[in-house]
Amino acid sequence: MEAFTTHTGRAVPLRRSNVDTDQIIPAHWLKKVTRDGFEDGLFEAWRKDEEFILNRPERQGATVLVAGPDFGTGSSREHAVWALQNYGFKTVISSRFADIFRGNSLKNGLLTVVLPQRTVDALWELTEADPTVEITVDLVARKVTAPGVEADFELDENARWRLLEGLDDISITLRHEEDIAAYEAKRPSFKPRTLTV
Amino acid sequence: MGRTLAEKVWDDHVVRRAEGEPDLLFIDLHLLHEVTSPQAFDGLRKNGRRVRRTDLTIATEDHNTPTLDIDKPIADPVSRTQLETLRKNCAEFGVRLHPLGDVEQGVVHVVGPQLGLTQPGMTVVCGDSHTSTHGAFGALAFGIGTSQVEHVLATQTLPMAPFRTMAVTVNGELPEGVTAKDLILAIIARIGTGGGQGYVIEYRGEAIEKLSMEARMTICNMSIEAGARAGMIAPDDTTFAYLEGREHAPKGADWDAAVEYWRTLRTDSGAVFDHEVVIEASELAPFVTWGTNPGQGAPLSASVPDPASFTDPSEKLAAENALKYMGLTAGQPLREIAVDTVFVGSCTNGRIEDLRAAAALLRGRKVADGVRMLVVPGSVRVALQAVEEGLDKVFTEAGAEWRHAGCSMCLGMNPDQLKPGERSASTSNRNFEGRQGKGGRTHLVSPQVAAATAVLGHLASPADLSDVREPAGV
Repeated sequence: MEAFTTHTGRAVPLRRSNVDTDQIIPAHWLKKVTRDGFEDGLFEAWRKDEEFILNRPERQGATVLVAGPDFGTGSSREHAVWALQNYGFKTVISSRFADIFRGNSLKNGLLTVVLPQRTVDALWELTEADPTVEITVDLVARKVTAPGVEADFELDENARWRLLEGLDDISITLRHEEDIAAYEAKRPSFKPRTLTV
Repeated sequence: MGRTLAEKVWDDHVVRRAEGEPDLLFIDLHLLHEVTSPQAFDGLRKNGRRVRRTDLTIATEDHNTPTLDIDKPIADPVSRTQLETLRKNCAEFGVRLHPLGDVEQGVVHVVGPQLGLTQPGMTVVCGDSHTSTHGAFGALAFGIGTSQVEHVLATQTLPMAPFRTMAVTVNGELPEGVTAKDLILAIIARIGTGGGQGYVIEYRGEAIEKLSMEARMTICNMSIEAGARAGMIAPDDTTFAYLEGREHAPKGADWDAAVEYWRTLRTDSGAVFDHEVVIEASELAPFVTWGTNPGQGAPLSASVPDPASFTDPSEKLAAENALKYMGLTAGQPLREIAVDTVFVGSCTNGRIEDLRAAAALLRGRKVADGVRMLVVPGSVRVALQAVEEGLDKVFTEAGAEWRHAGCSMCLGMNPDQLKPGERSASTSNRNFEGRQGKGGRTHLVSPQVAAATAVLGHLASPADLSDVREPAGV
C-alpha cells in the first residue's frame, strides 16, 4: 500500500448526499479482474452531463474530493476506491462515510477524512468561489487546512500508523501466526467444513 | 454486566487482543464469488501465499451468470473471463466451487444457508455487502472488500475495530399481508441509510420471533441498507429446525453439543445496547420505495412526498434529485405509479417462500399487458423445489418469464437489465440510480406487492387484487 503522510491539492465539491457505490463505479465495470483501469468508470452516469462538476475545466487535476454525507453507501466493491484513486483522487472529505467503503479506502491508502458538515460547507464555499484554492490534508498533524479553514480530524491510531508507514495488513497479521494456530487447535468439532479432509 | 448476542459471538472469535490494536477475529466461513475475488487471488500469487483454510472456504458463480441459455458459452467476453478466472483460481488454490450448471450453484447468500454451512455463533464473511443475510442464524456476518478477502484467504482472520450495538425491537404481530420485506423497508425509512453506521443491529421482539428463517434472512439481508455492517437474530427452535438434517449441519453428538452452545447465544437480560429502536408491528402496512436510496420509502397507501417537507437540507436535496431521476411528482399517489417490469428474485427475496408467495397471487391471473415479469430463483435448489411444486408453471401460465438462478436484475451485471426510463417493481435490495440498468427506475417491494403489481400494471398490494379474482384457496 502507498503510504500517506500529507497531501495538498485542488478540490472538487460534490454537493450530493448518499453517493452510493453504484454511482461511484457502476456494476458493469466490476467485470475487470485487475485493480487498475477504472478511471473512466468513475461517476460514469453523471459524467455524461457536460455540466457535471468533474467535467468542468477548472476541476481538471484536482485531487481532493469534498463530498456530502453518507458517501460510499451500498456495496462492498473495493473497485469504488480503486476508481477514485485511478482517476487521481488522494483523499475524500465528508461528514459521514459508509463503513465498508471507509475500511476499503484506508486499506488502499486513499485517506477518508471525517469533518463536521459545517466545515465541509466551508470547504465547498471556498473552492466554489475560487477553484484554484488548495486544501492540505495532513495525516501527521491530523489537520485539514485551507485559506480561512483549519480543522482537526480523528483517525484511530492503528489505522493512522498503517497509513503513515504504508504497511500491508497481511504481513502484520502473519507475525501472529502462532496465535492463529493456537485458536484453530481449540475450535469445536461441530463447526462446519466445506471440504472433507 | 451482561453481554449482547453480537458481543458473545465476537468474544468467541478473538484470536489476539492487544492494547491500541483492533481485535484479530477468526473467520469460520468465507464465501467467494467471481466479482470481488480475482484481485485477491492475484495478491496471493504475487506474494507466494496459499489459502490457509480451503476447508472453510466455498465459491459460487452468481453476479455475472446469465439466466437464459446457460448451456451456451457466455456471450459477454468480459463476464466470461471473470467466471473463467474464478474457475482457474479455485482449481489452483484448491477451493470448492459450484459453477454455473452445478446443482448447488446460486446466489452466494442463498447457497450458504441451504447447504447448512451457515450456523449460529459463526463468523461469516464474503466480498459482498449482503453477507449480513447470514445473521438470521445468529451468526456475525458482514461484507468485506477485496483487500480483506485476500487477508482472510491468507490468514483465515480479520483485524476488526469493535462495532457498537443496536437493538431493533419489533413488538406485536405483523398484520395480515405485511411481510418481512415491508418491515425491513419501514425500519430503514425510520433509521435512515446512515443510521446503522458502525452498528451491529440485533432484531428482536415478538414479530421477529414469529418469522420463518427465510423471512429472517430477508430482514438481516437489508441491514446494510440502513448502514449497518451486520444484522443478527438470536437462534431459537425455528433456527434449529431449519438446520437439522442439512448437508453440513452437525450430526449425532456434534448436533447435541452444537445446540447446547447455540442456546447460550442470546442477549443477556442485563446487557445494554448502545442504541435502541422500538417498532410497533401492528402499525405497519405494505411498504414501497419512491426514491433512489432504500431509506426513501413509504406505505403503499401514501403519496410521493414533497421535498419541501424535509427539514434536513441534504435530505431535501436528495429527495429533489430522486424525484427528478425517478420521473415522479410530489403528491402523486404511489398506487398510481405504472411499471413496465417486475423482478422477483435476489438474495433478499429469491428463496422458495418468496416464490410461493408470488405464485399464490398469480395463480389463475395474468401479468398485465405491457408488463414484463422476470422470476429468477435464488439458487438451482430453489428452482428445483419450485418446479417440483409446479410454481414454474404458475409463473409461465400467468405470462411471467421463468429463468435460471443468479443475481440477475438485482444489479444488472448480466444481460437482465432495465432500459433507460424503464420502471420496475423489484424484490431486490437497492433502488440506486442505474442499479438495474442505465437510466432504469426501481421501486423496492415485497414478493406479494411485486405479484399484485404485475397483475394490475401499477404499484399494488395483494388486497387490491380482490376484485380481480379471489386468490386460490381463500
